Amino acid sequence: MIRLVSLTALLLLWQFGAWLSDPRRLPGPAAVFEKVYEEALSGALFSNLAITLARVIAAFALAMSFGAAIGYVMGRNKLADRLLDPWLVTLLNLPALVVIVLAYVWAGLTEVAAIGAVALNKLPNAIVVVREGARALDPHLEDMAHVFRFSPTARFKHLVLPQLAPYLAAATRSGLSLVWKIVLVVELLGRSNGVGFEINMAFQLFDMKLLLAYALPFVALMLGVETFLVQPLERHVSRWRRGVSRRLDRV
Amino acid sequence: MNDTSRAGGAASLDVSIASKDYHSARGSPRRALEDLRLTLPAGQAGAVVGPSGCGKTTLLRLIAGLDKDYVGTIVLPEHGRLGMVFQEPRLLPWRSVIDNIRIAAPHAREDDIAALLDELGLAEHASHFPRELSLGLARRVALARALAVKPDLLLLDEPLVSLDAALAKDLREMIARLIDERRITTLIVTHDLAEAIALADRIFLLSPRPARVVATLDVPTPRRALEREMAEKLETQARDALAVARAGPQQEKH
Repeated sequence: MIRLVSLTALLLLWQFGAWLSDPRRLPGPAAVFEKVYEEALSGALFSNLAITLARVIAAFALAMSFGAAIGYVMGRNKLADRLLDPWLVTLLNLPALVVIVLAYVWAGLTEVAAIGAVALNKLPNAIVVVREGARALDPHLEDMAHVFRFSPTARFKHLVLPQLAPYLAAATRSGLSLVWKIVLVVELLGRSNGVGFEINMAFQLFDMKLLLAYALPFVALMLGVETFLVQPLERHVSRWRRGVSRRLDRV
Repeated sequence: MNDTSRAGGAASLDVSIASKDYHSARGSPRRALEDLRLTLPAGQAGAVVGPSGCGKTTLLRLIAGLDKDYVGTIVLPEHGRLGMVFQEPRLLPWRSVIDNIRIAAPHAREDDIAALLDELGLAEHASHFPRELSLGLARRVALARALAVKPDLLLLDEPLVSLDAALAKDLREMIARLIDERRITTLIVTHDLAEAIALADRIFLLSPRPARVVATLDVPTPRRALEREMAEKLETQARDALAVARAGPQQEKH
């Protein structure tokens, strides 16, 4: 309910702003939604959204799987940590734009370069978060697993993964929002389709209605992913904490 | 140099540690154990008693294979299957009581686990998470987990510490009954002589650091028939041995 009130207030504020300013600079919500409808009818909106979403998923999956693996190794092995830390610091401080431009220069204006550049921008963030999780693994539980001779699979499934889950969830949440923003930049600079490309076109034509007609549905899509995928996943991995508090409430 | 092996014949525990050193942050070594020998016949319960910080838990960690940096040999009972109850129960907080046992003992039969939960008064807590349990209940779950693997050697690290008197008495009686019935070779670490007398067939008294066995006392069995006088006599004997050990180096008495 509060969210709905907040959203309505935002729309009213937008409408108020549109009344005060030049409609070419800031079109009102109705005009933008009409443009969204037009683009949806032509099919262009859905195809561009799907292309961008596919890039987000590919780059995110790449960054998370490599980032989690490297972060885990760095968190558990001091030599690996010392060896890879300077690379990590360099990557962390390299501006996203530099990585994107270098990827396009070295690998051409290709899909591989685009997705690789986005993944490389997200990679250090995933490594840092998962490394912290791996460092925080409880040595007491590891001793217990050693005494009871847990198999490597059981150790990973019952010991490592549940302890890393909050860190993986945090990396997922921050990662998704970072990745989709960088994907738009990558599309703007070197792709011929996708939401970023359409936004660039709208900018060239100074068509604010078109710009917002692509930006808003994509924000809504990412909000949907956050609400219906990431948050339920986070609740699922931490359900044992909720179960405890519920039962304690009943006592 | 160390060696941990498994006995081929009689299932007994044989520990002979020449030295175990710790290295402080500054790099200077501190000796925790020195010339420590103990033997526990198969099916018997032994108790390691000594002052706080003397190295009792260190000894247990060496036997459990959690620390291999020592000089000496440790011969474990045949098959060397271990069950251990740590001072803190060390249960997986994200798993229910019954899952904690299933995960540690994947080959245990469901009805054996159910019987064990029943025997330890945990049946109604089977689906609870560890955070919902009191320390006494969590210790019982840890004990059930250790027994579920059908261990050749059961290690108990201060199993009654931090429990109030009534709970400690209940758990002590439960442990005594379980190890008497199952005849599992058991080594208990405790700082409490009365607890050692109540649970063990043989008591090993450790000196302050570097720890070694200064006296071995055999407790007459069955323990339940132990007269109060006899228990007090044993306690006095053990206290005397510990006092002598604190005063200076001594040879082991038996």
